[in-house]
Amino acid sequence: MDVLLQNCRIVDPGTGTDENGVDIEILSGVITAIGKRLKSKAPIKDLDGALVAPGFFDMHVHLREPGQEYKETIETGTRAAASGGFTGICCMPNTEPPISDPFVVSFIRAKANGNIVDVEICGTMTKSRKGEELAPMQALFDSGIKMISDDGSAVASAEVMRRIFEYAKMFDFLCTEHCEEPSMTKGTAMHEGRISTKLGIPGYPSVAEDIIVARDILLAEYVGGVRYHVAHLSTRNAVQLVREAKAKGINVSCEVTPHHFTLTDEAVETHLANAKMNPPLREKEDISAIILGLQDGTIDCISTDHAPHAAHEKETDIMSAAYGIIGCETAVGLGLTNLVHNGKLSLMKYIEISSLNPRNLMKLAQIKISVGEKANLTIIDLDKEWTFGSEHIHSKSSNTPFIGTKLKGQPVGVINKNQSWWRDND
Amino acid sequence: MNRDLLGIRQLSTDQITDLLRRSDGYFLKLNSTDPFPKSSLLQGRTVANLFFENSTRTRTSFELAEKRLGATSVNLSIQTSSLTKGESLIDTVNVICAMKIDCIVVRHNSSGVPQLLRKHLPNYIRIINAGDGGHEHPTQALLDAATLQSKLGALKNKKIVIIGDILHSRVARSNMILLNKLGAKVTLVSPLTLTPKYVEDIFGVKVVHEIGDEIKDANAVISLRIQLERQSRSLFPNLSDFRMRYGLTPLRIMETNAFILHPGPINRGVELDNEAADSEKSLILQQVKRGVAIRMAVFEWLFEVK
Repeated sequence: MDVLLQNCRIVDPGTGTDENGVDIEILSGVITAIGKRLKSKAPIKDLDGALVAPGFFDMHVHLREPGQEYKETIETGTRAAASGGFTGICCMPNTEPPISDPFVVSFIRAKANGNIVDVEICGTMTKSRKGEELAPMQALFDSGIKMISDDGSAVASAEVMRRIFEYAKMFDFLCTEHCEEPSMTKGTAMHEGRISTKLGIPGYPSVAEDIIVARDILLAEYVGGVRYHVAHLSTRNAVQLVREAKAKGINVSCEVTPHHFTLTDEAVETHLANAKMNPPLREKEDISAIILGLQDGTIDCISTDHAPHAAHEKETDIMSAAYGIIGCETAVGLGLTNLVHNGKLSLMKYIEISSLNPRNLMKLAQIKISVGEKANLTIIDLDKEWTFGSEHIHSKSSNTPFIGTKLKGQPVGVINKNQSWWRDND
Repeated sequence: MNRDLLGIRQLSTDQITDLLRRSDGYFLKLNSTDPFPKSSLLQGRTVANLFFENSTRTRTSFELAEKRLGATSVNLSIQTSSLTKGESLIDTVNVICAMKIDCIVVRHNSSGVPQLLRKHLPNYIRIINAGDGGHEHPTQALLDAATLQSKLGALKNKKIVIIGDILHSRVARSNMILLNKLGAKVTLVSPLTLTPKYVEDIFGVKVVHEIGDEIKDANAVISLRIQLERQSRSLFPNLSDFRMRYGLTPLRIMETNAFILHPGPINRGVELDNEAADSEKSLILQQVKRGVAIRMAVFEWLFEVK
């Protein structure tokens, strides 16, 4: 793939670069020249000042394949990721069968081979996500797994969690926990608070999340040196627990989803099951704490928790509806609108938490925008005002409360692995 | 624009007063020993009673209201569980509505189902909420208000005490909204484990956890059913502990002139001792009678708009 990207704004937190009006020449997928008014034989793409950043990475995506191809496939899920501005994702292991053995890993790798989006794979922490026996970690490690998680549920037993930490430490796995104390959340469908009281919907209390975060931090400290990661953190107390743990030198990291810094439990009133997620949408005070956590570095990255479900699984009563929403295609718009354009985060910091930090946590090579490097780029029209609609959905499912939401900032293209995707050619 | 009865929240005070007034006429006829005069108000209309949750009295009350107004009614008890995979809720309701149905009366154990169905069904199909999860049970609140008004007159500034399981109770929620709209003063008496968070702010009521003197100066007490089938977790020690703290015992009813209401079915010896349930202050059977009248009034109101 050859292209001359004209009139770019390159922002690269790796080098601290923020430069306007630059051209980038890419030949056969490799950056061959960067400079003002470059001459090249490559086809010209005038970016008109759009942002060019190191490729964004989403650490938390449910691709549903194998086993639930009616919701999403590797093909449709990666297309959603590319159109959302991601050049890399990590897919979560709650597939059918779960990613508990190297055969499933090979299956996914074969399907994702050659895709413009790099697909990293998360293995389970316990065998078949049952929370009882340790997953075969050596075999998972040998198949290239760098992160493990029983995402979808927490490891309920503290004893099992301790042993996961101890065993996983030998491989330096990132241990990602879905923090939910199960005895406190059985039969619930939304955050416990004013809105659950008003609607009479059984509530999932914040403290059920906080308890597991606190327990795991204590266990991680006790075991020592294990890399512990809180998935889709959603409460103010969890932010504070992670902040304190980091200050004590415990190796803990965490991620937040765009919907948890955008919406509150009030969304359940309008969007019903399309606002049902796990963890649930919380309160204004939680959003404020999350934004503070992003500003001071307590929160390491933004992950979407892209969770496709078929219409009949969401368009039903709230108790039996499935948890989660699709997220890849709205992530950048929500991030720029609710974090960057309103001055909460600098663009540099936003790119750091969207590209640099998740790649560090996943122990992937950092992306550099410099001559001789393979082009792995996310291109965003920062000021584009648009309304998210079903025409923007490339996922197989459309379970999202954001249809009709006005956003500022839109991914317009990605370049990776000698391939490109452009919104205007889509 | 067709009318629905999705909840008390959607009704204006005037609409509530109007429905209560309409029900009085039906109540007089129901209270008489004369044969009920045949009505053709719902002639040619078909009403489907869709009960996704067990009910005998509410379903019977709706069915009688429908038949006395000349409607064809059909009852469907649909047992569902989120664990059993089968036809989806929307598919089930669409199939039934394809058989030329004019109105559905729906009960479901999940909050928000009537609103969800409103989004999916054609506009001409009227929807009546017969109880959705812990959310609303509007006809129960209307029949309670009709019963209270018949004894107390206007409810403005009357003190109504609601005792028991507020957390799981759609009856409590609909009653709180309705009584607020009519200007009554509502006090909840419930254990902390059965009191939803922030209920004082959200519903504008007073909350206490001990009966104490609360019922002494009350005009009426609404005792709620302990739904043993919903107590999947331990929310109070046992029934006798509950009775000691929140039951209407002979000693407690001796101290008050308040009328006693209960949405039924009663757990005798738990929420109400026999001395309370069968006392002359008990309006429980009046509530049942008012229930049919209210439901007839609701149908009249729904179908007067073509």
